[in-house]
Amino acid sequence: MSSVLRILLRRLGISVIVLIGVSMLIFAIARIIPGDPARIALGPNATAEQVAAIRAEMHLDEPIVAQYGYFVADLMRGDLGDSLYTNRPVVTDIVEFLPATLELVIVAGIMMVSFGLPLGILAARHRGRWPDHVVRILTLLTVSAPSFVWAVILMLLFAFYLPLFPVAGRLDDAYDIARVTGFLTVDTLIARDLRAFLDALHHLVLPAVALALSGIGQAARLTRANMVETYDKPYIEMAQAYGFSPSRIARRYAFKPSLIPSLTIIGLDFAAMLGNAFLVEAVFAWPGLSRYGVAVILRKDLNAIMGTVLVIALTFLVVNIIVDLMIAFLNPRIRHSTRGAS
Amino acid sequence: MIRALRIIASNPLSLMGLILVLTILATAVFAPWIAPFPTHNSAVIDFAFANQGPTARNWMGTDLVGRDIFSRILYAYRISLTLGVVVLIIATPVGTIVGLLAGYLGGWTESVLMRVVDVFLSVPPLVLAIAVLGVLEPTLTNAMIAVTVMWWPWYARLVYSIARSEREEGYVLAAEVIGAPTAHIAFREILPNCLPAIITKMTLDMGFVIIIASSLSFLGLGVQPPTADLGSMVAEGARYLPDSWWMTVFPGMAILLAVFGFNLLGDGLREVLGVEE
Repeated sequence: MSSVLRILLRRLGISVIVLIGVSMLIFAIARIIPGDPARIALGPNATAEQVAAIRAEMHLDEPIVAQYGYFVADLMRGDLGDSLYTNRPVVTDIVEFLPATLELVIVAGIMMVSFGLPLGILAARHRGRWPDHVVRILTLLTVSAPSFVWAVILMLLFAFYLPLFPVAGRLDDAYDIARVTGFLTVDTLIARDLRAFLDALHHLVLPAVALALSGIGQAARLTRANMVETYDKPYIEMAQAYGFSPSRIARRYAFKPSLIPSLTIIGLDFAAMLGNAFLVEAVFAWPGLSRYGVAVILRKDLNAIMGTVLVIALTFLVVNIIVDLMIAFLNPRIRHSTRGAS
Repeated sequence: MIRALRIIASNPLSLMGLILVLTILATAVFAPWIAPFPTHNSAVIDFAFANQGPTARNWMGTDLVGRDIFSRILYAYRISLTLGVVVLIIATPVGTIVGLLAGYLGGWTESVLMRVVDVFLSVPPLVLAIAVLGVLEPTLTNAMIAVTVMWWPWYARLVYSIARSEREEGYVLAAEVIGAPTAHIAFREILPNCLPAIITKMTLDMGFVIIIASSLSFLGLGVQPPTADLGSMVAEGARYLPDSWWMTVFPGMAILLAVFGFNLLGDGLREVLGVEE
């Protein structure tokens, strides 16, 4: 068995345990709600009989362990219950709103890696000199404000004062694109409408930058720190003695081994964007999971709150597994070992 | 202590961080005396001066009902800093004890405790806090609870990783050989070696708690009006962009300044205490 496969299996095993834990955590959060969930579901005008009927339906009179059992049994069938807010199954709601959020987070993640890593490499190559100081101040600034502050400032500068980008939404009303995946960048290409595709990208720029900024700072700082450590290694001195160019040393000998420890944290940052998307979506009226999440929270719509958190936790776990696999592929010690030493 | 201060002062950025943090602390503590309009932290209405940009009377303009933004920012700092201190005072010891036990004892304790930590870390922090506040009432106390619930696992992980590597060190083995009790080894031998990392993380985390707390109140899940909070001020002002820009820009900058100060100071402390990133 290849070692990468072995890591995947071990990772999946741990993920199952963590997922069971997350389901318990979410179930526990749902039970600390003050008041009677049945009464909340029905509203203040319900009769005692109606409340009793709903209590029986929600299994509220049974022991807590049995209640958790019903909760998990429903989960296994992919049933997250109905939302009180939309009167539809929570799963239907999430399928509708999740793609918009994922699209935003993925684009922001791409920005985080493609700007953060080069900035970190730049700072490490010129460590102790002015490019390093400039990058340090810039990255400290980007991590020093919540994404909604960046969103508001970017909107003010590049949508109002310099009207370069749209203020809100995902696509201009002029385009009517059939929904296939829910990812507009994909759906517009399926519809072979290049102008709509560009318009979707145009709408993505500001929210994605607002979401990515602090991640770019984190990634750059981390890459710099790991690379500076690598620069002290003897093989770097060796490469310098060979007369390799500084840029070749930076890319091939200092950056590569530094990438592996950075990746884990970059994965965590990427996942944190799923939470921060709540803030950016609110500013740019982005019709994603956040708007739904905030609406259901204000209505104390338990099924919908739990469903939303569960789906985000699941996405988070998947991202972490992907990151672990990438590390396994990138690390020659794992990739080339046949015995699967991890 | 004096040596540490001298090292921090020798780096202009760290010094700037220290000055920023001290200034913000002072303005928060003395807000009732510094604020030009100390009553504006409540449901005061002054329509004569409503919705005005920065003037000599109101340096940062006024909101829709005529309250002075500058005064409200000073009061909002009190809430942010209190929240940060309370969260860290609770979360740090809890996380530290869990991390120490898991890291030093190992075996069965380690597996159970760290899996629990993994569970908490596998929900994005903000989402976990939103979920807790979703079922509780949105108040300052509940916001503190929600943020604390999501914060302790990070300390557990930090201390765990240090404790696990320290447990193989000679001084720990020596203490074990002479029969020191487990609690003594964990808290008197290993814990002091975790302190530099914990202190650095606490300084940096003051900034991050302010970010998370303002994010919650931005979503309407934190401190409720009319009490001033940086996040809810930005949210309220965002509805009147671009015309009333001062309503969002100044509270937003206030968050940036405070967090930036703690980050600069934390970075400086990291160097002084020799903590790795």
